[in-house]
This record gives sequence, structure tokens and C-alpha cells, in this order.
Amino acid sequence: MTLALPVKDTAQRIGEHFADAVTEVTDGAVIVKSEALFQVAEYLKTNPDFDLNYLTHITAVDYFDYFEIIYQLTSLNNNHSLLLKTRCYDRDKPVVPSVVGLWRGADFQEREIYDLMGISFKGHPNLKRIVMWDGFDGHPLRKDYL
Amino acid sequence: MTLKTEPFVLNVGPQHPSTHGVFRMRATLDGEVVVDIEPIFGYLHRGIEKLAEERTYTGVIPLTDRLDYLSSMANNLGYCLAVEKLAGIPVPERAQYIRVIMAELQRIASHLIAVGAFLNDCGAFMTPIVYMIREREKILDLFDMVCGQRLTYNYMRPGGVSQEIPDEFLPALDKFLKQMPGWIDEYDQLLKENEILLARSKGVGTLSQELAISISASGPVLRGSGIKWDIRRADPYSIYERFEFDIPTGTVGDCYDRYRVRVEEMRQSLRILEQARQQIPGGEFRSKVPHLIRPPVGETYAHIEAPKGELGFYLVSDNSIAPYRCHVRAPSLLNVTALRDLMIGWKIADLILIFGSMDICMGEIDR
Repeated sequence: MTLALPVKDTAQRIGEHFADAVTEVTDGAVIVKSEALFQVAEYLKTNPDFDLNYLTHITAVDYFDYFEIIYQLTSLNNNHSLLLKTRCYDRDKPVVPSVVGLWRGADFQEREIYDLMGISFKGHPNLKRIVMWDGFDGHPLRKDYL
Repeated sequence: MTLKTEPFVLNVGPQHPSTHGVFRMRATLDGEVVVDIEPIFGYLHRGIEKLAEERTYTGVIPLTDRLDYLSSMANNLGYCLAVEKLAGIPVPERAQYIRVIMAELQRIASHLIAVGAFLNDCGAFMTPIVYMIREREKILDLFDMVCGQRLTYNYMRPGGVSQEIPDEFLPALDKFLKQMPGWIDEYDQLLKENEILLARSKGVGTLSQELAISISASGPVLRGSGIKWDIRRADPYSIYERFEFDIPTGTVGDCYDRYRVRVEEMRQSLRILEQARQQIPGGEFRSKVPHLIRPPVGETYAHIEAPKGELGFYLVSDNSIAPYRCHVRAPSLLNVTALRDLMIGWKIADLILIFGSMDICMGEIDR
């Protein structure tokens, strides 16, 4: 079985390295500040205790008050996983850092979130629409679309 | 004397027999050699994730059929597991076995098309794929028997399957299990050591382990590169921990390894099918589930080893009858990330071959 890493301990370890990075610890996820996301992700990927080398998937959810961006990280060597989240409160110009520099697999997924949810990823090498055509108006997966 | 050449842009697809759907590649060529490539998709985007937000939990199942339309049973299973995890729905023993049988038959059917189409792209025009479609037809007949459909099955439900398997199903399955190993031997006899196939695919489009992990590759593409990672073993779902099977892996990660992994996986699927056939118990085919499922507020991620890789469903519930958010982790979308790296430096004819060896399905890339 792929073990889910204990979120409290993990949040504490992250807090030791990056003060104030963790904003909340929920049932199964660690929520970090979007400014610190890249550094935290890099730490989780490279630290041998975590070794979360595989980015299972990225997705985003629109909760009206904020967007939640979800990173499911897995370690192929240790067979454990962690749900890392970040929140974005700006509805007009939501921006979070891109993790393409850490996992190339983020490329198309971030483009898809940008296309359908309208969240920009700072540092993405080729951020443009992926399934809708250029010039399409709006972001269909937002809850207020339509 | 050196010949001056200029880069030339060639558009492959979206309507092209070798792009397996409406996939488009904008290839920049220097003579015959690929210097750059940009995958372009979205031609089959139907907004399945958005549509799912306005349907009941059971009403989403027909939409999942249309993700990877060559393995609808696997999509059904992945989605139903996610709903069951979210709402805490139990699944009877018999239903678990029926599901495993369907999922493994589906894996064989999908790999038959993958291997057949790959050999087609290799230049073994039409002969191998017609052999493989012959066998796939037998599997489609079995599916037709249980749910009356040949492509979009809509067979599984949260808590089990939609209907009991008919009496004639198990004898027909036995017959299939008896015949299929001989057919796989036949492919190996014809193709495994075939000189043209070896020349075309050995060492072509090599995907290194580091790159495979970095791009989040999964399924035969990941295992072809020599990484022993199979969700059925790494994170067993349903009742997979009860079965004995091996995980075939490649050594270098070239097109030939990916092709071999698929053929060996078919044999392993047959092993699982044999065991499931022996052990299948009697009993209910579906637990008591209310018509409208209202899972408690929360979110979940369930994943399975679909024929093309790790298929996951991320569901968010707000305690209504429809999912608040339904995200599909599509293996094909992540596997195509590697295309640019694999294709640069190879010739235009290899481009088609490398693409064929990835085995992608546009239905789940565009969603």
C-alpha cells in the first residue's frame, strides 16, 4: 500500500526549514503559502527522508473565495505519498509559482489549469491555452462561468 | 561540398491515420531529421470534467466511458472506486471478482490494439493488426454478453456492477482463456525476432528512467524504461492483493521494450484471469445503494492501473447529488510530455513509430 505521510509531522518538518510557510494542516493535506510553494516542493523532492520524486497529478478547485491548487506527490522508492495544497485568493489575477523546473510532468497540467481555471503559473516556459483555442473568452471550469 | 538546408515545418495531423485520433504535431524538419516538435491537441475536448459537475454520481459513469474509449471498463472501475471511497460504499465479493475479470479482459483488448497499431506504424501494414482485432473481437463478444455494448459499456456502478453476468459468460470465458495463450505465442513466433521490427524499433526513442519519472510517465511507458511500478502492486485496489502475477519491465526504454512490456502484460493478465475464474464466489452482484448518492463533504483520490497507465479520479463532494469537482488524471496526457525529447534527432519515419509506441488515446488527453 502507498502510505500517506502523516501530515502533522510533515508540516512540522517543513516549518523547521521554512518558517511561516505552512498555513494550515487539514485531515489529509498540508496547505502552504503560494509564495513558498516552489521551495517547499523542492525540499520535499530532494530530501532523502521524503524523496517525493514523482508528481502524480496537479489539479485546481474553485471554491469561490479562493482557488485551491492540489499537488499529489509520490515517492516511487519509499512508496509513500503526500497531498500538498496551496491557495490563491485573488480572483482577478491568480498567480502561483510553476513547478515545471522540478517535475517536467507539470507542463501540460499547468497549461490545462491556466486554460480552464484561469490561474497563471509564474515561471512556466510556455503558458498558453491547451484544449480551448487562442482567443477563447473565459475559463470554463470556474464555478461562475456560464 | 556541403549542401545548404533550411528548416521546414511539416504539419502531421489532426487527420492522419498514424496519429490514432485527432492529434496534431507541428514538426520542424531539417531534411529528414526532426529538429523540433510541438504537440497540439484539444480537437476532441468535450468538457467532461465540467459536464460531470452537473450530473448525479451515477450519471457520470457514461461520461467516463468516453475518456479512453479503448478501455471503458477500466475507466468505469476507476471512477466507481473513487465514489465508493468518498461515500463509504461496500462492494460484495462476487462484484469484486466480476470487476477484476472485466478490467483484465479490457487490458488485453487495449494492448491488442496498442500492439497492432504499433506494428502497423512499423510498416507491417495491416496484417498483424487484423490478427489482433480477431482476438479483440472475442473479448468484445464477452462484454457484449454482460452489458449489451461493444465499446462504451457503462457496466460498473458504485457498489458493484449493473447486472449479473449471464450463465453463458463463464463457459465462454473459459474457452477464451484456453485459446488466448496460443494466439500470443503466434504473435511472438511471427514478430518477436522479426528482423525488420528489430531494426526499426531497437534503440529508437529511448526514454531514460530520470526523464520517465520527471514527466510522471506511467503504465507500459514507465515500465518499459525499467521501473517496476504498477499500481496493482504498489497500492493494491479492489482485490488485487490476492492474485499472483509478475510485473514485466523493459531494460533500456526504447520502442521495442514498450512493445514487449505490453505483450508480456497480456500473459500476466491471463494469469490473473485464470485465478479470478477459479475463485469467483456466488452472492450479490451489487450492494444496496440509494438511487441518489450523497457523499459527505470531503475529497478523495482513487487510482487504478489502467491499460495506458495510472488513471486517477479526484472527486470533491459538497454533500449534494453531483460532484463539486471531478478531475481525471489521464495517463496519456502525461505520457505525451516526453514526445519532444524522444523525437528530436530521429527521422520523420521514426516519428510515427515513436508516437505509436506511446499508445495514447485522444479521448482522455482532451477530455
